[in-house]
Amino acid sequence: MRYEAPRRLEDAVSLLAGQDGAHVLAGGTDLLVKLRSEMIEPEMIVDIKRIEGMREIAAEDGGWRIGAAVSGAEMGEHAGLVADWPGVVEAAGLIGSTQIQGRATLAGNLCNASPAADSVPAMVAAGARVRIAGPNGMRDMDVIDVPQGPGKTALERGEFIAFVWLPARGEHSSDAYLRFIPRTEMDIAVVGCGISLSLDDGDRVTAARVSLGAVGPKVMLVEEAAEAITRRVLDEAALSDLAAACSAAATPIDDKRGTIDFRKHVAGVLARRAAVIAAKRAKGETA
Amino acid sequence: MSQLHVTTKINGDETEFLCEAEDTLLDVLRDRLGLTGTKEGCGTGDCGACSVAVDGRLVCSCLMLGAEAEGRDIATIEGMATGDQLHPLQQKFIEMAALQCGICTPGILVAAQSLLERNPDPSEEEVRYWLAGNLCRCTGYDKIIRAVMETAADMRRAS
Repeated sequence: MRYEAPRRLEDAVSLLAGQDGAHVLAGGTDLLVKLRSEMIEPEMIVDIKRIEGMREIAAEDGGWRIGAAVSGAEMGEHAGLVADWPGVVEAAGLIGSTQIQGRATLAGNLCNASPAADSVPAMVAAGARVRIAGPNGMRDMDVIDVPQGPGKTALERGEFIAFVWLPARGEHSSDAYLRFIPRTEMDIAVVGCGISLSLDDGDRVTAARVSLGAVGPKVMLVEEAAEAITRRVLDEAALSDLAAACSAAATPIDDKRGTIDFRKHVAGVLARRAAVIAAKRAKGETA
Repeated sequence: MSQLHVTTKINGDETEFLCEAEDTLLDVLRDRLGLTGTKEGCGTGDCGACSVAVDGRLVCSCLMLGAEAEGRDIATIEGMATGDQLHPLQQKFIEMAALQCGICTPGILVAAQSLLERNPDPSEEEVRYWLAGNLCRCTGYDKIIRAVMETAADMRRAS
């Protein structure tokens, strides 16, 4: 196996495109586990951390551009990012332990393409996009289009995610992410729910995006759930409609961590709670 | 295959080593540099026994390649004491018997030090969450948590 740590995006692309069995290394918290367990036997590892911008959080177009090698811990320490997208930051912060947080990245969580990835529903709710570097230059893609199924992404040979971009955050707007796990820490989501919303002066929802994770082969954007609360104040009736839409949209499997009925129910419960948190944040309250 | 030549800093000392591309930082520390204080528990990032700080950031050395250490600043358990003077956390762990078999202890000490550098006055909940990635199968954690809390209080009084 070869190890390469190029300093330019183009060099990383040509290394990846020119070698069968080349893998990208950012935080390595999934890659090293697969490598050690011999799930993968790479010919080459391309470490992207030395490429300019990969470890930076930078303002771009009113939003934030997050380099593919920025860790969860670094995101949590960035006041501007936390203020604009607390739900995305808290979702990334749920991945693994303090040690994992020191390395794990949004782009890696997305490319690992686990249906239960915590940061992915939050990014989908946020309307996040990724900038992909490849042999034909750069292209942008919505986060929701990246996972194609468990362990599969829409990336083509030689391509890798260079940046995640979170859009500008408007007034009276915020987001939240909640997951259910049987323990209090260090576990994989049985259900995850991300909500991003905006309120008007009368606390009526003017726009919302609702996403679910771990209840289907890939993350889902639940438009019926967003529709259920749009133009409404988040009272009991609106929250019940939101929960019902999420429970109806969830298509989970039965496994040892939860039954279909349980997961569908929990999808609704989490949506209701996440909406309340996002709305409080949108009003400038602590939640 | 030719080995990779890596120049790094370990516990403040400029260090050079040769490693294979697939060697983890943990492999390098233990097998090439003889720094066996850092332990391998699971090798998959679940147990925290291999915790080290890289550029001041707590990580699992089993989930990082040795080659990635180029130009970085690594802190291991061997750098925690100053000569014969134990770090207050080490001293407190002995006094309060916050260890039994000791395999998890270097990782827990390195992790706890990293917490106290950032937060000199953590709540018990903060200590428990911070150390959630450090598994101990002997103590039941209570003595560890109390030792960290007491050390933090001692260090605050001393500063």
